[in-house]
Amino acid sequence: MADLRDLYQEVILEHSRTPRNFRELKTANHKAEGYNPLCGDRFVVYLQMDGDSIQDIAFQGSGCAISKASASMMTQSLKGKTKAEAEELFSRFHKVVTGQLPANGNAEELGKLAVFSGVSEFPVRVKCATLAWHTLEAALEGKQEAVSTE
Amino acid sequence: MTTAARLPLSSGRAALHAVVSGFDVERVRADFPILQQRVNGHPLVYLDNAATSQKPKVVMDAIVRYYENDNANIHRGVHALSQRATEDFEIARKTVQSFLGAKLPSEIIFVRSATEAINLVAQTYGRQHVGEGDEVVITAMEHHSNIVPWQLLCEEKRGKLLVAPINDQGELVLEEFGRMLGPKTKIVSLGHVSNALGTVNPIAEIVKMAHAKNIPVLVDGAQAAPRLPVDVQELGCDFYAFSGHKSYGPTGIGILYGKAALLEAMPPYQGGGDMISSVTFEKTVYNKVPHKFEAGTPDMSGAVGLRAAIEYLEGLGMENIAAYEHELLTYATEVVGAIPGVRLIGTAREKAGVLSFVMEGVHPHDIGTILDQQGIAIRTGHHCAQPVMRRFGVDATARASFGLYNTKEEINALVRGIQKVQEVFG
Repeated sequence: MADLRDLYQEVILEHSRTPRNFRELKTANHKAEGYNPLCGDRFVVYLQMDGDSIQDIAFQGSGCAISKASASMMTQSLKGKTKAEAEELFSRFHKVVTGQLPANGNAEELGKLAVFSGVSEFPVRVKCATLAWHTLEAALEGKQEAVSTE
Repeated sequence: MTTAARLPLSSGRAALHAVVSGFDVERVRADFPILQQRVNGHPLVYLDNAATSQKPKVVMDAIVRYYENDNANIHRGVHALSQRATEDFEIARKTVQSFLGAKLPSEIIFVRSATEAINLVAQTYGRQHVGEGDEVVITAMEHHSNIVPWQLLCEEKRGKLLVAPINDQGELVLEEFGRMLGPKTKIVSLGHVSNALGTVNPIAEIVKMAHAKNIPVLVDGAQAAPRLPVDVQELGCDFYAFSGHKSYGPTGIGILYGKAALLEAMPPYQGGGDMISSVTFEKTVYNKVPHKFEAGTPDMSGAVGLRAAIEYLEGLGMENIAAYEHELLTYATEVVGAIPGVRLIGTAREKAGVLSFVMEGVHPHDIGTILDQQGIAIRTGHHCAQPVMRRFGVDATARASFGLYNTKEEINALVRGIQKVQEVFG
Protein backbone atom coordinates (compact mmCIF):
# COMPACT_ATOMS: atom_id res chain seq x y z
CA MET A 1 0.00 0.00 0.00
CA ALA A 2 1.25 3.44 -0.94
CA ASP A 3 2.16 5.72 1.92
CA LEU A 4 0.51 9.11 2.01
CA ARG A 5 3.71 10.65 3.33
CA ASP A 6 5.47 9.59 0.12
CA LEU A 7 3.03 11.75 -1.78
CA TYR A 8 2.53 14.61 0.64
CA GLN A 9 6.13 15.24 1.60
CA GLU A 10 6.77 18.21 3.86
CA VAL A 11 8.51 20.14 1.06
CA ILE A 12 5.48 19.68 -1.17
CA LEU A 13 3.05 20.82 1.51
CA GLU A 14 5.22 23.83 2.26
CA HIS A 15 5.37 24.89 -1.40
CA SER A 16 1.63 24.43 -1.79
CA ARG A 17 1.03 26.71 1.21
CA THR A 18 3.50 29.39 0.13
CA PRO A 19 4.23 28.99 -3.55
CA ARG A 20 7.30 30.73 -4.97
CA ASN A 21 7.21 32.99 -8.04
CA PHE A 22 3.45 33.10 -7.62
CA ARG A 23 2.61 36.28 -9.47
CA GLU A 24 1.92 37.76 -12.85
CA LEU A 25 5.17 38.44 -14.69
CA LYS A 26 4.79 41.87 -16.31
CA THR A 27 7.90 41.43 -18.42
CA ALA A 28 6.83 38.08 -19.83
CA ASN A 29 7.18 37.58 -23.57
CA HIS A 30 5.76 34.03 -23.48
CA LYS A 31 2.79 32.74 -21.55
CA ALA A 32 0.37 29.85 -21.65
CA GLU A 33 -2.64 28.59 -19.73
CA GLY A 34 -3.05 25.02 -18.55
CA TYR A 35 -6.25 23.38 -17.36
CA ASN A 36 -7.09 20.05 -15.79
CA PRO A 37 -10.82 19.55 -16.33
CA LEU A 38 -10.80 16.55 -13.97
CA CYS A 39 -10.27 18.67 -10.88
CA GLY A 40 -10.57 22.21 -12.18
CA ASP A 41 -6.89 23.08 -11.68
CA ARG A 42 -5.92 26.07 -13.78
CA PHE A 43 -2.53 27.74 -14.08
CA VAL A 44 -0.90 30.42 -16.20
CA VAL A 45 2.85 30.13 -16.70
CA TYR A 46 4.76 33.30 -17.61
CA LEU A 47 8.20 33.28 -19.22
CA GLN A 48 10.62 36.07 -19.90
CA MET A 49 12.89 34.63 -22.56
CA ASP A 50 16.10 36.05 -23.86
CA GLY A 51 16.69 34.03 -26.98
CA ASP A 52 16.70 30.44 -25.76
CA SER A 53 17.34 31.32 -22.16
CA ILE A 54 14.72 31.56 -19.42
CA GLN A 55 15.51 34.88 -17.73
CA ASP A 56 12.51 34.85 -15.44
CA ILE A 57 9.53 32.59 -14.80
CA ALA A 58 6.37 32.90 -12.70
CA PHE A 59 2.93 31.38 -12.43
CA GLN A 60 -0.58 32.11 -11.20
CA GLY A 61 -3.71 30.09 -10.71
CA SER A 62 -5.33 27.56 -8.44
CA GLY A 63 -5.11 23.87 -7.92
CA CYS A 64 -4.46 21.01 -5.54
CA ALA A 65 -1.39 20.73 -3.32
CA ILE A 66 0.48 18.56 -5.81
CA SER A 67 -0.13 20.77 -8.84
CA LYS A 68 0.62 23.97 -6.99
CA ALA A 69 3.80 22.70 -5.37
CA SER A 70 4.94 21.25 -8.68
CA ALA A 71 4.42 24.60 -10.41
CA SER A 72 6.22 26.43 -7.62
CA MET A 73 9.24 24.12 -7.63
CA MET A 74 9.33 24.08 -11.41
CA THR A 75 9.73 27.86 -11.50
CA GLN A 76 12.55 27.62 -8.97
CA SER A 77 14.46 25.02 -10.92
CA LEU A 78 14.14 26.63 -14.35
CA LYS A 79 15.33 30.16 -13.79
CA GLY A 80 18.46 30.68 -15.90
CA LYS A 81 18.02 27.40 -17.80
CA THR A 82 17.85 27.13 -21.59
CA LYS A 83 14.82 25.88 -23.46
CA ALA A 84 16.59 22.59 -24.21
CA GLU A 85 17.58 22.13 -20.56
CA ALA A 86 14.01 22.81 -19.45
CA GLU A 87 12.66 20.25 -21.90
CA GLU A 88 15.23 17.69 -20.78
CA LEU A 89 14.30 18.25 -17.14
CA PHE A 90 10.59 17.83 -17.90
CA SER A 91 11.32 14.61 -19.74
CA ARG A 92 13.18 13.22 -16.71
CA PHE A 93 10.59 14.55 -14.25
CA HIS A 94 7.83 12.92 -16.30
CA LYS A 95 9.60 9.56 -16.24
CA VAL A 96 10.03 9.72 -12.49
CA VAL A 97 6.42 10.68 -11.67
CA THR A 98 5.11 7.97 -14.00
CA GLY A 99 7.40 5.38 -12.43
CA GLN A 100 9.46 4.76 -15.59
CA LEU A 101 12.64 5.81 -13.81
CA PRO A 102 13.50 5.33 -10.15
CA ALA A 103 13.94 8.66 -8.41
CA ASN A 104 17.15 7.66 -6.64
CA GLY A 105 18.98 7.02 -9.91
CA ASN A 106 18.10 10.53 -10.95
CA ALA A 107 18.17 12.44 -7.74
CA GLU A 108 21.15 14.51 -8.77
CA GLU A 109 19.80 15.56 -12.12
CA LEU A 110 16.35 16.21 -10.73
CA GLY A 111 17.54 18.00 -7.62
CA LYS A 112 14.72 19.00 -5.28
CA LEU A 113 12.15 17.82 -7.81
CA ALA A 114 12.89 14.24 -6.72
CA VAL A 115 10.37 14.77 -3.89
CA PHE A 116 7.67 14.16 -6.49
CA SER A 117 8.72 10.54 -7.03
CA GLY A 118 5.95 9.45 -4.62
CA VAL A 119 3.41 10.53 -7.24
CA SER A 120 4.21 7.38 -9.23
CA GLU A 121 2.33 5.38 -6.58
CA PHE A 122 -0.79 7.47 -7.28
CA PRO A 123 -1.36 7.26 -11.07
CA VAL A 124 -4.43 9.52 -11.06
CA ARG A 125 -2.30 12.32 -9.62
CA VAL A 126 0.33 12.30 -12.39
CA LYS A 127 -1.69 14.91 -14.24
CA CYS A 128 -1.57 17.16 -11.19
CA ALA A 129 2.22 16.94 -11.00
CA THR A 130 2.71 17.57 -14.71
CA LEU A 131 0.11 20.26 -15.37
CA ALA A 132 2.51 23.18 -14.86
CA TRP A 133 5.14 21.44 -16.97
CA HIS A 134 2.76 20.87 -19.87
CA THR A 135 1.80 24.52 -19.59
CA LEU A 136 5.47 25.47 -19.63
CA GLU A 137 5.95 23.44 -22.79
CA ALA A 138 3.08 25.28 -24.44
CA ALA A 139 4.54 28.61 -23.36
CA LEU A 140 7.96 27.69 -24.74
CA GLU A 141 6.38 26.73 -28.03
CA GLY A 142 4.32 29.90 -28.07
CA LYS A 143 0.99 28.07 -28.25
CA GLN A 144 -1.98 30.38 -27.91
CA GLU A 145 -4.68 27.95 -26.86
CA ALA A 146 -5.00 26.69 -23.31
CA VAL A 147 -3.49 23.24 -22.90
CA SER A 148 -5.60 20.60 -21.25
CA THR A 149 -4.53 17.46 -19.46
CA GLU A 150 -7.49 15.55 -20.88
CA MET B 1 -25.73 -15.06 0.41
CA THR B 2 -29.11 -13.81 1.56
CA THR B 3 -32.54 -15.11 0.86
CA ALA B 4 -33.17 -12.10 -1.34
CA ALA B 5 -30.25 -12.90 -3.61
CA ARG B 6 -31.55 -16.38 -4.35
CA LEU B 7 -35.09 -15.37 -5.19
CA PRO B 8 -36.42 -15.75 -8.70
CA LEU B 9 -37.11 -12.40 -10.30
CA SER B 10 -40.88 -12.59 -10.26
CA SER B 11 -41.28 -13.22 -6.55
CA GLY B 12 -38.61 -10.75 -5.37
CA ARG B 13 -41.03 -8.18 -4.13
CA ALA B 14 -43.16 -10.20 -1.80
CA ALA B 15 -40.31 -12.24 -0.40
CA LEU B 16 -38.19 -9.19 0.37
CA HIS B 17 -40.99 -7.84 2.52
CA ALA B 18 -40.69 -11.02 4.51
CA VAL B 19 -36.93 -10.78 5.06
CA VAL B 20 -36.72 -7.03 5.64
CA SER B 21 -38.72 -5.71 8.50
CA GLY B 22 -38.23 -2.00 8.90
CA PHE B 23 -34.83 -1.33 7.42
CA ASP B 24 -32.12 -3.82 8.22
CA VAL B 25 -29.07 -2.28 6.63
CA GLU B 26 -26.79 -5.24 7.40
CA ARG B 27 -29.17 -7.50 5.48
CA VAL B 28 -29.21 -5.01 2.62
CA ARG B 29 -25.41 -4.82 2.52
CA ALA B 30 -25.19 -8.58 2.15
CA ASP B 31 -27.12 -8.26 -1.13
CA PHE B 32 -24.26 -6.23 -2.67
CA PRO B 33 -21.24 -8.43 -3.40
CA ILE B 34 -18.96 -5.51 -4.28
CA LEU B 35 -19.26 -4.04 -0.79
CA GLN B 36 -17.61 -7.10 0.77
CA GLN B 37 -14.06 -6.02 -0.02
CA ARG B 38 -11.15 -4.06 1.37
CA VAL B 39 -9.59 -1.15 -0.48
CA ASN B 40 -6.08 0.00 0.42
CA GLY B 41 -6.22 -2.24 3.47
CA HIS B 42 -9.51 -0.87 4.80
CA PRO B 43 -13.12 -2.01 4.41
CA LEU B 44 -14.58 -0.26 1.36
CA VAL B 45 -16.73 2.74 2.29
CA TYR B 46 -18.56 3.60 -0.91
CA LEU B 47 -19.85 7.17 -0.77
CA ASP B 48 -19.98 7.95 -4.49
CA ASN B 49 -23.55 6.90 -5.10
CA ALA B 50 -24.55 10.09 -6.92
CA ALA B 51 -22.03 9.11 -9.62
CA THR B 52 -23.22 5.53 -9.81
CA SER B 53 -24.73 3.05 -7.39
CA GLN B 54 -23.60 -0.50 -6.75
CA LYS B 55 -25.78 -3.38 -7.88
CA PRO B 56 -27.53 -5.97 -5.75
CA LYS B 57 -26.90 -9.56 -6.74
CA VAL B 58 -30.52 -9.96 -7.93
CA VAL B 59 -29.78 -7.47 -10.72
CA MET B 60 -26.70 -9.33 -11.91
CA ASP B 61 -28.52 -12.66 -11.62
CA ALA B 62 -31.42 -11.37 -13.71
CA ILE B 63 -29.06 -10.28 -16.49
CA VAL B 64 -27.24 -13.61 -16.49
CA ARG B 65 -30.55 -15.47 -16.47
CA TYR B 66 -31.75 -13.41 -19.43
CA TYR B 67 -28.65 -14.24 -21.48
CA GLU B 68 -28.61 -17.87 -20.41
CA ASN B 69 -32.27 -18.53 -21.16
CA ASP B 70 -34.18 -15.92 -23.12
CA ASN B 71 -31.88 -13.86 -25.33
CA ALA B 72 -33.11 -13.11 -28.85
CA ASN B 73 -34.00 -9.97 -30.74
CA ILE B 74 -37.34 -8.58 -29.70
CA HIS B 75 -40.54 -7.82 -31.64
CA ARG B 76 -41.78 -9.53 -34.78
CA GLY B 77 -39.95 -12.76 -34.01
CA VAL B 78 -42.11 -15.87 -34.41
CA HIS B 79 -39.81 -18.16 -32.48
CA ALA B 80 -40.02 -18.91 -28.79
CA LEU B 81 -36.91 -17.06 -27.64
CA SER B 82 -37.89 -13.88 -29.44
CA GLN B 83 -41.30 -14.03 -27.85
CA ARG B 84 -39.77 -14.54 -24.43
CA ALA B 85 -37.27 -11.71 -24.91
CA THR B 86 -40.07 -9.42 -26.10
CA GLU B 87 -42.11 -10.33 -23.07
CA ASP B 88 -39.15 -9.67 -20.74
CA PHE B 89 -38.64 -6.29 -22.35
CA GLU B 90 -42.29 -5.27 -22.20
CA ILE B 91 -42.68 -6.50 -18.62
CA ALA B 92 -39.74 -4.29 -17.73
CA ARG B 93 -41.57 -1.37 -19.33
CA LYS B 94 -44.61 -2.08 -17.18
CA THR B 95 -42.42 -2.31 -14.09
CA VAL B 96 -41.07 1.18 -14.81
CA GLN B 97 -44.59 2.42 -15.53
CA SER B 98 -45.79 1.36 -12.12
CA PHE B 99 -42.57 2.59 -10.43
CA LEU B 100 -43.23 6.11 -11.75
CA GLY B 101 -47.01 5.98 -11.57
CA ALA B 102 -47.41 6.50 -15.32
CA LYS B 103 -50.88 5.88 -16.76
CA LEU B 104 -49.75 3.78 -19.72
CA PRO B 105 -46.79 1.51 -20.51
CA SER B 106 -46.44 3.39 -23.82
CA GLU B 107 -45.48 6.50 -21.83
CA ILE B 108 -42.21 4.78 -20.90
CA ILE B 109 -39.39 5.03 -23.44
CA PHE B 110 -36.17 3.08 -23.06
CA VAL B 111 -33.07 5.15 -23.77
CA ARG B 112 -29.38 4.87 -22.87
CA SER B 113 -29.29 7.27 -19.94
CA ALA B 114 -30.99 10.23 -18.30
CA THR B 115 -28.76 12.36 -20.52
CA GLU B 116 -30.17 10.75 -23.64
CA ALA B 117 -33.71 11.21 -22.33
CA ILE B 118 -33.16 14.97 -22.03
CA ASN B 119 -31.49 15.13 -25.44
CA LEU B 120 -34.42 13.23 -26.91
CA VAL B 121 -36.91 15.83 -25.67
CA ALA B 122 -34.68 18.74 -26.73
CA GLN B 123 -34.25 17.31 -30.20
CA THR B 124 -37.90 16.39 -30.78
CA TYR B 125 -40.29 18.45 -28.67
CA GLY B 126 -37.71 21.23 -28.47
CA ARG B 127 -36.99 21.48 -32.18
CA GLN B 128 -40.70 21.35 -32.92
CA HIS B 129 -41.65 24.15 -30.52
CA VAL B 130 -38.68 26.42 -29.92
CA GLY B 131 -38.19 29.08 -32.60
CA GLU B 132 -36.27 32.31 -32.88
CA GLY B 133 -36.63 34.40 -29.73
CA ASP B 134 -38.38 31.63 -27.80
CA GLU B 135 -37.19 30.74 -24.33
CA VAL B 136 -36.17 27.63 -22.43
CA VAL B 137 -35.99 27.96 -18.63
CA ILE B 138 -33.59 25.88 -16.52
CA THR B 139 -32.08 26.53 -13.07
CA ALA B 140 -28.64 27.47 -11.78
CA MET B 141 -28.21 24.06 -10.11
CA GLU B 142 -28.44 21.87 -13.19
CA HIS B 143 -26.04 19.10 -14.17
CA HIS B 144 -24.33 19.73 -17.51
CA SER B 145 -26.67 17.12 -19.02
CA ASN B 146 -29.59 19.47 -18.39
CA ILE B 147 -27.76 22.55 -19.70
CA VAL B 148 -25.93 21.57 -22.86
CA PRO B 149 -28.83 19.89 -24.76
CA TRP B 150 -30.81 23.13 -24.37
CA GLN B 151 -27.84 25.26 -25.36
CA LEU B 152 -27.47 23.21 -28.54
CA LEU B 153 -31.18 23.66 -29.25
CA CYS B 154 -31.16 27.40 -28.56
CA GLU B 155 -28.08 27.85 -30.69
CA GLU B 156 -29.69 26.08 -33.62
CA LYS B 157 -33.06 27.78 -33.30
CA ARG B 158 -31.81 31.17 -32.10
CA GLY B 159 -33.75 30.70 -28.90
CA LYS B 160 -32.80 31.95 -25.44
CA LEU B 161 -31.76 29.89 -22.46
CA LEU B 162 -32.88 31.52 -19.18
CA VAL B 163 -31.38 30.38 -15.90
CA ALA B 164 -33.42 30.73 -12.70
CA PRO B 165 -31.18 31.72 -9.78
CA ILE B 166 -30.50 29.87 -6.54
CA ASN B 167 -29.90 31.36 -3.08
CA ASP B 168 -26.90 30.87 -0.79
CA GLN B 169 -28.39 27.67 0.62
CA GLY B 170 -28.67 26.23 -2.88
CA GLU B 171 -32.47 26.57 -3.15
CA LEU B 172 -34.28 27.71 -6.26
CA VAL B 173 -35.58 31.28 -5.87
CA LEU B 174 -39.19 30.58 -6.79
CA GLU B 175 -40.28 34.21 -7.23
CA GLU B 176 -37.49 34.84 -9.74
CA PHE B 177 -38.26 31.58 -11.47
CA GLY B 178 -41.93 32.56 -11.73
CA ARG B 179 -41.03 35.91 -13.26
CA MET B 180 -39.07 34.16 -16.02
CA LEU B 181 -42.11 32.24 -17.24
CA GLY B 182 -43.85 34.09 -20.06
CA PRO B 183 -45.53 33.73 -23.43
CA LYS B 184 -42.18 32.93 -25.06
CA THR B 185 -41.30 30.12 -22.64
CA LYS B 186 -41.66 26.82 -24.49
CA ILE B 187 -40.38 24.42 -21.85
CA VAL B 188 -39.03 24.31 -18.31
CA SER B 189 -36.38 21.71 -17.52
CA LEU B 190 -34.98 21.16 -14.04
CA GLY B 191 -33.58 18.57 -11.70
CA HIS B 192 -35.65 16.87 -9.02
CA VAL B 193 -32.61 16.47 -6.73
CA SER B 194 -29.37 18.38 -7.40
CA ASN B 195 -26.36 16.11 -7.85
CA ALA B 196 -23.92 18.77 -6.64
CA LEU B 197 -25.91 20.22 -3.73
CA GLY B 198 -28.53 17.64 -2.78
CA THR B 199 -31.34 20.21 -2.98
CA VAL B 200 -34.79 18.70 -3.50
CA ASN B 201 -36.84 21.02 -5.72
CA PRO B 202 -40.56 21.50 -5.01
CA ILE B 203 -41.53 19.97 -8.34
CA ALA B 204 -45.31 19.86 -7.83
CA GLU B 205 -45.38 23.56 -7.03
CA ILE B 206 -43.07 24.42 -9.92
CA VAL B 207 -45.20 22.38 -12.33
CA LYS B 208 -48.32 24.25 -11.17
CA MET B 209 -46.60 27.59 -11.84
CA ALA B 210 -45.54 26.48 -15.32
CA HIS B 211 -48.83 24.81 -16.22
CA ALA B 212 -50.72 27.97 -15.26
CA LYS B 213 -48.98 29.43 -18.31
CA ASN B 214 -49.34 26.28 -20.42
CA ILE B 215 -45.62 25.51 -20.26
CA PRO B 216 -44.59 21.85 -20.09
CA VAL B 217 -42.01 20.71 -17.53
CA LEU B 218 -39.25 18.13 -17.87
CA VAL B 219 -37.83 16.78 -14.62
CA ASP B 220 -34.34 15.28 -14.51
CA GLY B 221 -34.84 12.58 -11.90
CA ALA B 222 -31.41 10.94 -12.10
CA GLN B 223 -30.71 11.60 -8.41
CA ALA B 224 -34.31 11.37 -7.20
CA ALA B 225 -35.41 8.02 -8.65
CA PRO B 226 -33.10 5.97 -6.37
CA ARG B 227 -33.82 8.13 -3.30
CA LEU B 228 -37.45 9.28 -3.17
CA PRO B 229 -40.85 7.84 -3.98
CA VAL B 230 -41.66 9.30 -7.41
CA ASP B 231 -45.21 9.59 -8.70
CA VAL B 232 -45.49 11.52 -11.95
CA GLN B 233 -49.23 12.05 -11.34
CA GLU B 234 -48.52 13.77 -8.03
CA LEU B 235 -45.66 15.76 -9.52
CA GLY B 236 -47.77 16.62 -12.56
CA CYS B 237 -44.68 16.89 -14.78
CA ASP B 238 -44.85 16.27 -18.51
CA PHE B 239 -41.52 14.46 -18.85
CA TYR B 240 -39.42 12.60 -16.29
CA ALA B 241 -35.92 11.25 -16.97
CA PHE B 242 -33.81 8.86 -14.92
CA SER B 243 -30.97 6.40 -15.38
CA GLY B 244 -30.74 2.74 -14.49
CA HIS B 245 -27.22 2.79 -13.14
CA LYS B 246 -27.85 5.40 -10.43
CA SER B 247 -30.92 3.41 -9.33
CA TYR B 248 -29.05 0.17 -8.52
CA GLY B 249 -29.60 -1.12 -12.05
CA PRO B 250 -27.15 -1.69 -14.90
CA THR B 251 -25.34 0.96 -16.92
CA GLY B 252 -26.48 1.71 -20.45
CA ILE B 253 -30.18 1.99 -19.78
CA GLY B 254 -32.24 5.06 -18.97
CA ILE B 255 -35.87 6.04 -18.98
CA LEU B 256 -37.87 8.85 -20.43
CA TYR B 257 -41.43 9.16 -19.21
CA GLY B 258 -43.63 11.44 -21.29
CA LYS B 259 -47.35 12.13 -21.25
CA ALA B 260 -48.98 10.16 -24.06
CA ALA B 261 -50.49 13.18 -25.82
CA LEU B 262 -47.12 14.94 -25.96
CA LEU B 263 -45.23 11.86 -27.12
CA GLU B 264 -47.73 11.20 -29.87
CA ALA B 265 -47.38 14.72 -31.26
CA MET B 266 -43.59 14.64 -31.19
CA PRO B 267 -41.50 13.74 -34.24
CA PRO B 268 -39.21 10.69 -33.99
CA TYR B 269 -35.77 11.02 -32.39
CA GLN B 270 -33.64 8.59 -34.40
CA GLY B 271 -34.49 6.65 -37.52
CA GLY B 272 -34.04 2.93 -37.97
CA GLY B 273 -35.63 -0.42 -37.35
CA ASP B 274 -38.47 -0.88 -34.88
CA MET B 275 -39.52 2.77 -35.04
CA ILE B 276 -41.41 2.31 -38.32
CA SER B 277 -44.63 0.64 -39.34
CA SER B 278 -43.88 0.74 -43.08
CA VAL B 279 -41.00 1.91 -45.20
CA THR B 280 -40.79 2.68 -48.90
CA PHE B 281 -38.19 4.91 -50.51
CA GLU B 282 -40.93 7.48 -50.99
CA LYS B 283 -42.49 7.51 -47.54
CA THR B 284 -42.03 5.99 -44.12
CA VAL B 285 -44.89 5.63 -41.67
CA TYR B 286 -43.69 5.76 -38.08
CA ASN B 287 -44.58 3.21 -35.47
CA LYS B 288 -46.76 4.05 -32.46
CA VAL B 289 -45.32 5.31 -29.20
CA PRO B 290 -43.19 4.22 -27.45
CA HIS B 291 -41.61 2.33 -30.39
CA LYS B 292 -41.43 5.50 -32.48
CA PHE B 293 -38.66 6.62 -30.14
CA GLU B 294 -36.83 3.30 -29.88
CA ALA B 295 -34.96 2.90 -33.13
CA GLY B 296 -32.63 -0.07 -33.39
CA THR B 297 -32.14 -3.05 -31.11
CA PRO B 298 -32.53 -1.77 -27.56
CA ASP B 299 -30.63 -2.73 -24.41
CA MET B 300 -32.76 -5.74 -23.59
CA SER B 301 -30.61 -7.15 -20.83
CA GLY B 302 -30.42 -3.62 -19.41
CA ALA B 303 -34.20 -3.46 -19.26
CA VAL B 304 -34.30 -6.83 -17.52
CA GLY B 305 -31.65 -5.64 -15.02
CA LEU B 306 -33.51 -2.40 -14.41
CA ARG B 307 -36.69 -4.35 -13.70
CA ALA B 308 -34.83 -6.42 -11.12
CA ALA B 309 -33.42 -3.24 -9.55
CA ILE B 310 -36.85 -1.62 -9.32
CA GLU B 311 -38.34 -4.76 -7.82
CA TYR B 312 -35.51 -4.78 -5.31
CA LEU B 313 -36.17 -1.13 -4.41
CA GLU B 314 -39.91 -1.68 -4.17
CA GLY B 315 -39.29 -4.73 -2.02
CA LEU B 316 -37.49 -2.51 0.46
CA GLY B 317 -40.04 0.27 -0.08
CA MET B 318 -39.09 3.67 -1.45
CA GLU B 319 -40.61 5.34 1.62
CA ASN B 320 -38.33 3.26 3.86
CA ILE B 321 -35.29 3.99 1.70
CA ALA B 322 -36.04 7.72 1.70
CA ALA B 323 -36.52 7.74 5.46
CA TYR B 324 -33.33 5.77 6.09
CA GLU B 325 -31.21 7.93 3.78
CA HIS B 326 -32.68 11.06 5.32
CA GLU B 327 -31.50 9.83 8.70
CA LEU B 328 -28.02 9.17 7.28
CA LEU B 329 -27.81 12.59 5.63
CA THR B 330 -28.99 14.35 8.78
CA TYR B 331 -26.35 12.54 10.81
CA ALA B 332 -23.59 13.21 8.25
CA THR B 333 -24.53 16.89 8.03
CA GLU B 334 -24.28 17.17 11.79
CA VAL B 335 -20.97 15.37 12.31
CA VAL B 336 -19.12 16.50 9.16
CA GLY B 337 -20.46 20.04 9.52
CA ALA B 338 -19.12 20.15 13.09
CA ILE B 339 -15.50 19.56 12.02
CA PRO B 340 -13.61 22.87 12.33
CA GLY B 341 -12.43 24.13 8.92
CA VAL B 342 -15.13 22.25 7.00
CA ARG B 343 -17.73 24.26 5.10
CA LEU B 344 -20.82 22.58 3.68
CA ILE B 345 -21.89 23.62 0.18
CA GLY B 346 -25.62 23.25 -0.27
CA THR B 347 -27.65 23.63 2.91
CA ALA B 348 -31.19 23.64 1.54
CA ARG B 349 -34.01 22.79 3.94
CA GLU B 350 -35.11 19.93 1.67
CA LYS B 351 -32.15 17.75 0.75
CA ALA B 352 -31.48 14.20 -0.30
CA GLY B 353 -28.45 11.99 -0.57
CA VAL B 354 -25.64 14.47 -1.14
CA LEU B 355 -23.15 16.14 1.21
CA SER B 356 -20.83 18.55 -0.63
CA PHE B 357 -18.08 20.26 1.33
CA VAL B 358 -14.83 22.15 1.11
CA MET B 359 -11.98 22.35 3.64
CA GLU B 360 -9.96 25.38 4.51
CA GLY B 361 -6.52 25.19 2.90
CA VAL B 362 -7.00 21.76 1.30
CA HIS B 363 -8.01 21.20 -2.29
CA PRO B 364 -10.83 18.65 -2.75
CA HIS B 365 -8.60 16.49 -4.95
CA ASP B 366 -6.16 16.06 -2.08
CA ILE B 367 -9.06 15.20 0.23
CA GLY B 368 -10.13 12.53 -2.27
CA THR B 369 -6.68 10.93 -2.41
CA ILE B 370 -6.23 10.82 1.35
CA LEU B 371 -9.72 9.37 1.90
CA ASP B 372 -9.09 6.77 -0.81
CA GLN B 373 -6.04 5.61 1.11
CA GLN B 374 -8.49 4.77 3.90
CA GLY B 375 -10.82 2.88 1.58
CA ILE B 376 -13.32 5.73 1.40
CA ALA B 377 -14.65 6.52 -2.08
CA ILE B 378 -15.97 10.03 -2.57
CA ARG B 379 -16.02 12.25 -5.64
CA THR B 380 -14.06 15.46 -5.96
CA GLY B 381 -14.25 18.08 -8.65
CA HIS B 382 -17.01 20.08 -10.27
CA HIS B 383 -19.52 17.18 -10.46
CA CYS B 384 -20.50 18.15 -14.01
CA ALA B 385 -22.02 21.30 -12.56
CA GLN B 386 -19.45 24.02 -13.17
CA PRO B 387 -22.03 26.85 -12.94
CA VAL B 388 -22.92 25.63 -9.43
CA MET B 389 -19.23 25.75 -8.44
CA ARG B 390 -18.98 29.34 -9.72
CA ARG B 391 -22.18 30.29 -7.86
CA PHE B 392 -20.53 29.23 -4.58
CA GLY B 393 -17.14 30.69 -5.49
CA VAL B 394 -15.25 27.38 -5.44
CA ASP B 395 -13.37 25.47 -8.17
CA ALA B 396 -14.43 22.13 -6.86
CA THR B 397 -15.95 20.39 -3.85
CA ALA B 398 -15.58 17.06 -2.12
CA ARG B 399 -18.86 15.18 -2.33
CA ALA B 400 -20.02 12.27 -0.22
CA SER B 401 -23.25 10.81 -1.58
CA PHE B 402 -25.22 8.12 0.17
CA GLY B 403 -27.04 5.01 -0.86
CA LEU B 404 -29.38 2.60 0.84
CA TYR B 405 -26.48 0.37 2.00
CA ASN B 406 -24.46 3.07 3.79
CA THR B 407 -24.27 3.14 7.57
CA LYS B 408 -23.62 5.60 10.36
CA GLU B 409 -20.40 3.71 11.05
CA GLU B 410 -19.28 4.55 7.51
CA ILE B 411 -20.05 8.21 8.15
CA ASN B 412 -17.91 7.96 11.28
CA ALA B 413 -15.15 6.55 9.05
CA LEU B 414 -15.59 9.58 6.79
CA VAL B 415 -15.17 11.87 9.79
CA ARG B 416 -12.00 10.05 10.84
CA GLY B 417 -10.83 10.30 7.23
CA ILE B 418 -11.35 14.05 7.18
CA GLN B 419 -9.45 14.33 10.45
CA LYS B 420 -6.61 12.41 8.80
CA VAL B 421 -6.65 14.94 5.95
CA GLN B 422 -6.24 17.71 8.51
CA GLU B 423 -3.42 15.79 10.15
CA VAL B 424 -1.53 15.45 6.82
CA PHE B 425 -2.07 19.08 5.95
CA GLY B 426 -1.75 20.18 9.58
